[in-house]
Amino acid sequence: MSTMSFEDIESAYETLAIGIDTAGAQREALFLTRLALLLGHELDDINAFRNAIEAALAELE
Amino acid sequence: MRPAGKGPLDSLYFHYPRFPARHVAELDSIVRRHAAVIVGAGPIGLTAALVLARYGVRSVLIDRKDTLNDGSRAICIARPSMHILERIGAVAPFVKKALGWRFGRSYYRGQEIFRLEMPHPSGEKYLPMYNLQQQYIEQFLHDAVASCDLIDMRWQTEFDKLDCRADGVSLNVSSPAGHYRLEADYVLAADGARSPIRSMLGLRLKGENYEGKYVIADIRMDHDFPTERRAFFEPSGNPGGTVLIHKQPDNIWRVDYQLREGESEEEALREENIRARVGAILTDIGHDKPWELEWWSMYSANTLCLDDYRHGRVFFVGDSAHIVPIFGVRGLNNGLADADNLGWKLALVLNGEADDRLLDSYSPERRGATLDVFANATKSTRFMTPPTRGWRLAREAALSLSLKHEFPRALANPRQMQPYTYSESPLTPYAGRDAEFDCGPSSGSASPNAKLADGGHLLDHAGIGMTAILFCDGSPNTEAKLLLDLLQMLDKRFVWLLIDGQGTASEAPAIPDADGEIARLFGAQPGTLYLLRPDLHIAGRWKAIVPDEILRTARICLGKQTP
Repeated sequence: MSTMSFEDIESAYETLAIGIDTAGAQREALFLTRLALLLGHELDDINAFRNAIEAALAELE
Repeated sequence: MRPAGKGPLDSLYFHYPRFPARHVAELDSIVRRHAAVIVGAGPIGLTAALVLARYGVRSVLIDRKDTLNDGSRAICIARPSMHILERIGAVAPFVKKALGWRFGRSYYRGQEIFRLEMPHPSGEKYLPMYNLQQQYIEQFLHDAVASCDLIDMRWQTEFDKLDCRADGVSLNVSSPAGHYRLEADYVLAADGARSPIRSMLGLRLKGENYEGKYVIADIRMDHDFPTERRAFFEPSGNPGGTVLIHKQPDNIWRVDYQLREGESEEEALREENIRARVGAILTDIGHDKPWELEWWSMYSANTLCLDDYRHGRVFFVGDSAHIVPIFGVRGLNNGLADADNLGWKLALVLNGEADDRLLDSYSPERRGATLDVFANATKSTRFMTPPTRGWRLAREAALSLSLKHEFPRALANPRQMQPYTYSESPLTPYAGRDAEFDCGPSSGSASPNAKLADGGHLLDHAGIGMTAILFCDGSPNTEAKLLLDLLQMLDKRFVWLLIDGQGTASEAPAIPDADGEIARLFGAQPGTLYLLRPDLHIAGRWKAIVPDEILRTARICLGKQTP
């Protein structure tokens, strides 16, 4: 279970939004893919990474 | 294809011989039954004939062409293949002409992101890889075939009908010298990716085709760069497509480049477009001197193979049995291993030494090797030719991160394959003995080599039958000597090597290993025995000898006992 505070989650959310805008519509997919690979590497846990991919896919409308 | 005004064999550097059709005994209505007829005199068919000849088995080798391959095509010869060439007595011209290598570089947008270093243990005799044009490979093998009395080479000979029976195979063949019938105990289909034998028997390759297409072009230029594999992702000389560059002998360079999505094949293959694209790629790598265009072709990645490489008395070897993507350089090399694997088994059967059922191990062993290549090749092919937007994005993300980060760099590894391990083969019945070892090569794997004090190598001493490597301090004990005698009685080609840690053994084949380096390589202690098959794969290993198991393994490999 993550122990991240609400403040940090909010900061992550804001930084991500600003990152997507900074990348621009043309590059947002590449930016997000790079981000996912970097986070996957930082996470150092392939099962947690797979679960995150599944969770992100499951809630796609 | 060659530049305008040139014939299909007008090469800048290679003189194509023309082989005449010969008058053969069958044309005079002399019916002879041949032990083996090999269809296709490419590298695999030529090698198969030479492997059979090593065991004294005669063969007829037919090919519809009148000369060698029209282009450089398969250019990478891996270390295990050099051992096969050595053991059929053909390696010398390869060593002299081919360019050995062990390094590679991958670039993304002009910057180096991955340094490939192929393993090269100090005891090995050959480098991990050698580059040589396929027509030279065929020429050197053909020279060996031409000087071998046991091989009846028939050029310009095409078959049009095949009749497979339980007791033999008949082929209707035709050559400019006339039509005749060839009778054979066994047929080897080394007739390539579009194998007419495969079609005639109604057999189909199964697997996957990949979308991405590559042009492969040979050029001649003075270009100062070592023999390495260079891969360029997103180069400015070929935006949207990967480029591979290999050096070949005679100042010939192979430039492979991926076509962009949606690019027309027909347009891409036009000479002016080849020249423009190769020119841009050369500018990109800093070559501004003149260059000449030699030959080009088109390639797309496939992972296809037959369900069974044996069809009664017909065996499929090489591309007729499997088509693999070029990126792992396993097409030629796996084909040579097919020829070697089938060759010794078939020779023992044809010599009346082994039961025909020994041949049933060919397909599972070699098809297993193909499926192993598929598993890796699928990964490298997805990287070299990403099939969908998801794969393209992931690759671009990995490559672009590689500029600053170490972790994704190995994804650009071309995954050039190691030889396959036959650990689950019926010829490897005691793989469980591996558990007794902490290290060393496992059962079923290709034996490592070791450099000896006299400058030679351990595997120079291996035989063409079974070979035992016995580790001792001094002379072997009575039990070991008895076992070696029994193995000798079982196999007239049996060779044993004594690795002597003390250097006091008086037996003739003793190899001193005072510093224990060979013992360490094999994870051995005094009393350890390795049993090698004729193809230098490890049939089994025992930390301390277990005579019953060792004899049973030898009997199974020699086709004297069914698994």
